Amino acid sequence: MAYSSKVLDHYNNPRNVGSFPKDAEDVGTGVVGAPECGDVMKLQLKITPEGVIEDARFKTFGCGSAIASSSYVTELVKGKRIEEAMTIKNSAIVQELNLPPVKIHCSVLAEDAIKAAITDWKSKHEKDEKSAAAPGKAAQG
Amino acid sequence: MVKLPIYMDNHATTPMDKRVLDAVLPYFTEKFGNAASRNHSFGWAAEEAVDKARNQIAALINAKAKEIIFTSGATESDNLAIKGVVEFYKDKGNHVITCVTEHKAVLDSCKALERAGKATVTYLPVDKYGMVDPDDVRRAITDKTVLITIMSANNEVGTIHPIAEIGRIAKEKGVLFHCDATQGVGKIPMDVEKAGVDLLSASAHKIYGPKGVGILYVRSRGPRVRLTPIIDGGGHERGLRSGTLNVPGIVGFGAACEIAGQEMEQESARLRDLRNRLQANLFERLDEIYLNGHPTERLPGNLNLSFAYVEGESLLMGIKDVAVSSGSACTSATLEPSYVIRALGTDEELAHSSIRFGLGRFNTAEEVDYVAERVTAEVRRLRDLSPLYEMAKEGIDLKSVQWKRD
Repeated sequence: MAYSSKVLDHYNNPRNVGSFPKDAEDVGTGVVGAPECGDVMKLQLKITPEGVIEDARFKTFGCGSAIASSSYVTELVKGKRIEEAMTIKNSAIVQELNLPPVKIHCSVLAEDAIKAAITDWKSKHEKDEKSAAAPGKAAQG
Repeated sequence: MVKLPIYMDNHATTPMDKRVLDAVLPYFTEKFGNAASRNHSFGWAAEEAVDKARNQIAALINAKAKEIIFTSGATESDNLAIKGVVEFYKDKGNHVITCVTEHKAVLDSCKALERAGKATVTYLPVDKYGMVDPDDVRRAITDKTVLITIMSANNEVGTIHPIAEIGRIAKEKGVLFHCDATQGVGKIPMDVEKAGVDLLSASAHKIYGPKGVGILYVRSRGPRVRLTPIIDGGGHERGLRSGTLNVPGIVGFGAACEIAGQEMEQESARLRDLRNRLQANLFERLDEIYLNGHPTERLPGNLNLSFAYVEGESLLMGIKDVAVSSGSACTSATLEPSYVIRALGTDEELAHSSIRFGLGRFNTAEEVDYVAERVTAEVRRLRDLSPLYEMAKEGIDLKSVQWKRD
């Protein structure tokens, strides 16, 4: 199977590889896929209190198309509001990277990773709101 | 500098040896006759060439020339052996014994017979090295068993099965024994008498011969093996395989067998050294790599490794100037990782991470060193990209993680 030039470009020069501290307040982490399925994506988003994605990092275990999908997604989400990022569809990734039908699952995984990372960030902030409502506990922390 | 790209996928196919090509070429042009034309010199020349090849091939496996049936390749030979025996001996029984790591040509022939209600099949397991236990073969035999079909050496992990022992059991129990020796013939010694093999499949293009030609050895005495043909027509090859003989292909197969026989001893020693050099190079430089297959009972040119935390297809992509293959799901049409590697009890994750290096006649030490260098660099790069490697380094047990599957 021949790879598209965009897949090759992302595979050879992956954007935004790395990790943010998982426990940081402004970081949402999404880990999707499973090793026995041959794909695991970790996507981390740094999000402002106002809900704007400032920065993104990824690490991916998977085929070249999985690596390219996650690399592309880190570029795609930067600067977007989380509401807007939540509406990103896998079809946008398929189109940009020219993925063949057998690789569509890679784009689905990348879409899931965005949603998982934002959900993780939101859950951290729900906790904030709860701890803000209980000042005694917050003071201890 | 080594010449790129490097071909190191010699279990898939091999380039034709120039000496084989020289032998073959006249049979496309001036010696183009039909070996079945009995009444002119064109036909006689072709028939003579086919006879010579039949003898060359028979000599390599210690068979008689008349026991060699030409086919289009080992897939056809496997189909003919398995379907032909089951059909012919249907009054005697309907049970076939094989093993889970056989080539699809064997497994799918068995499955086709099961679907048609013509046979029941026992698929024997293999041990963690990919080897079938002869005692399992013995225990699986019933009074309905008509055929045992076990390969000589596995095409993915290179494990060499104890064929002679299985042959002895088959003789003792009066059951026919077919051996798919596609990966073994011409690379490791194969003697159908010593091994007690009654039917044997082999293919020319795996031993530096042309594509599109194979053989089925069919034992003529002790016992005389009978088959129902799967292709009907002009009654070529003693009625077992109709169709005009592929004379240039057959000539090439004969020449390839003669060369393989003459050079086997030195060549297998050379390949073993190269393979061990590649293996040692990689194990020295990289942690968490695992050998798939048997540590010693393995084809000299085979090296199948799993590189933990790195997916096989992405690794192939990174070493694009080196032709090897992977057991990763992404390289197969079925989206399942290699059934052979999984049958060894290897974790699915490591099956996705497997790479098969197949060294052959034209590989050099220089190429081996280049490949080791490239693979090491790419595995390191991809591990830096791998969330699994990061988690493992943090001390997280990947088996304890609750993965979110799609």
